[in-house]
Amino acid sequence: MNSLTNLLGWVDARFPLTKLWKEHLSEYYAPKNFNFWYFFGSLALLVLVIQIVSGIFLTMHYKPDAALAFYSVEYIMRDVPWGWLIRYIHSTGASMFFVVVYLHMFRGLMYGSYRKPRELIWIFGMCIYLALMAEAFMGYLLPWGQMSYWGAQVIVNLFSAVPFVGADLSLWIRGDYVISDATLNRFFAFHVAAIPLVLVGLVVAHIIALHEVGSNNPDGVEIKKNKDPVTHIPLDGIPFHPYYTVKDIVGVVVFLMVFSAIVFFAPDLGGYFIEDNNFFPADPLKTPPHIAPVWYFTPFYAVLRAVPPMFGSQFPGVIAMGVAVMIICFLPWLDRSPVKSIRYRGPIYKTALALFVVSFLGLGWLGMLPVTPLYTVLSQILTTVYLGFFLLMPWYTKIDKCKPEPERVTG
Amino acid sequence: MKKILFLASLLASTMAFASSDIHLDKAPVRLDDNASLQRGAKTFVNYCLPCHSAQAMRYNRLQDIGLTEQQIKDNLIFTGVKVGDPMTNSMNKGEAQAWFGAAPPDLSVISRSRGADWLYTYLRGFYRDETRPTGWNNVAFDKVGMPHVLYELQGEQVLHVEKHGEHETHKLMLDKPGKLTPAEYDGMAADLVNYLVFMGEPMKATRMKLGIVVLLFLGVFFVVAYMLKKEYWKDIH
Repeated sequence: MNSLTNLLGWVDARFPLTKLWKEHLSEYYAPKNFNFWYFFGSLALLVLVIQIVSGIFLTMHYKPDAALAFYSVEYIMRDVPWGWLIRYIHSTGASMFFVVVYLHMFRGLMYGSYRKPRELIWIFGMCIYLALMAEAFMGYLLPWGQMSYWGAQVIVNLFSAVPFVGADLSLWIRGDYVISDATLNRFFAFHVAAIPLVLVGLVVAHIIALHEVGSNNPDGVEIKKNKDPVTHIPLDGIPFHPYYTVKDIVGVVVFLMVFSAIVFFAPDLGGYFIEDNNFFPADPLKTPPHIAPVWYFTPFYAVLRAVPPMFGSQFPGVIAMGVAVMIICFLPWLDRSPVKSIRYRGPIYKTALALFVVSFLGLGWLGMLPVTPLYTVLSQILTTVYLGFFLLMPWYTKIDKCKPEPERVTG
Repeated sequence: MKKILFLASLLASTMAFASSDIHLDKAPVRLDDNASLQRGAKTFVNYCLPCHSAQAMRYNRLQDIGLTEQQIKDNLIFTGVKVGDPMTNSMNKGEAQAWFGAAPPDLSVISRSRGADWLYTYLRGFYRDETRPTGWNNVAFDKVGMPHVLYELQGEQVLHVEKHGEHETHKLMLDKPGKLTPAEYDGMAADLVNYLVFMGEPMKATRMKLGIVVLLFLGVFFVVAYMLKKEYWKDIH
């Protein structure tokens, strides 16, 4: 024991190990009233690690080559010891990443976690979300099935709708006139090296910013306002370690139960996590009758399709889709409410948030379906509701009748 | 060019409803029935493998359905390949395309893309159609390039179309009986589909079994983790 303490002292004289441990775990004071919704931050970190580790093992047998990719995945599934498990963990992890991140973001919406002084945490979080979308999109091409191929074809073609430079831009992205071996190789490079590096860096920034200002909580009141006069520890704060580490372990186990149930009993999840059509090898000459992105992109895909082409260009739809994603970044400045948490907000915000959830889920559902005139009208209505939630926010959060916030957190 | 592709994909997605509007018969899949899987494997190597490959499937994987390597070598390998080799054939893709209009697809994961019910309907859905180059058409796959390889066994069906005002009823009738009775042929098709489902994911039985163990472990882990949390948190509030 003594020699271990000596070793720690030796390290601490050269690297702030104990300091980091204290700042981020044993003396990071988190509000004591975290509820169910506060599991998803640590779970997102867990899924990131799962994806990186399972991904590293997949690259050991995967072949980023248009002629070999499809059957190299089947080779992993059949001939690599435990390869099927690693592959299903990775494919399930991709979808579960979005499940966890969407719930994590929704938590922020409910409790006003993006409000001052946490604007940068929110911005870093949105950057993570964008990087995650790029990561998922490029990763989906790698199995080189029909949906991989045609999904990528449709999405990369969106860039060709950009006026003037569009054609050159999409050509530059693909490295060829259609999705091809060149595209597969560059997407592989981005998927396994470039974007994971960016993701990890952004996650570090997200956590550093969080630990600088401290966590929000379901009451939306700052625990740093009420500190013990002697110790200067927030009265409603408890050390992250051991309290939230042991609590998060419970969350992790429950999450792993859901995760394992999918991996072992329904890895396709009825075609939502792995689409049936992706078991046809990519065929550049055969367009599938119905191309739908994976479920986590469908809300934005529905927005894209809701906007009709103008002047013979799809560009307005592409803009609408981009706005639908990027507008989330501006929440800290759109929200003018005197309170943060939904617990003390008035009926208008509660209604607006409910409508937002309905529009997001509704668009997600519509984005999976083929276009019909009725669905297009529905998508247009829900797109308006979705954008209205953000654009009208400065107005309706101001006139809403809020309840007074409590001085201290309420259990 | 790219805009056209994009619009084509949007257009194509509007037409999806029209093409997927056929009734599929429920395939009786029983992955725990080794006798059925073995019969299906026999039908597969005899009737399908000459034209279709299953390049992700190795012959020795058939040990998973209760066959020994010797049995596989003696009864199921006709091409002289080794028992550890994948199920391939010597059909030339280019020539096959010229003969049938499309090269016969690899069947390794056909059960996962098409689904068991579609395969079961397809295998029983061939009918005489003299307008087609092969003389055959299929209710599940209109204008299919593949001729009815199993017609000796099933016999020849014809498609009766009855019009009831706006509605059309399509009914398959057995015109010339084959070597098997309709019930026997359905049983053979069921075995073959069963085998194709097995071949689509040979590790399925393993993963289901392992899943139960993993969930049991996590159940125990949950109790421990929950008690640990309770113990730590008892002094909060």
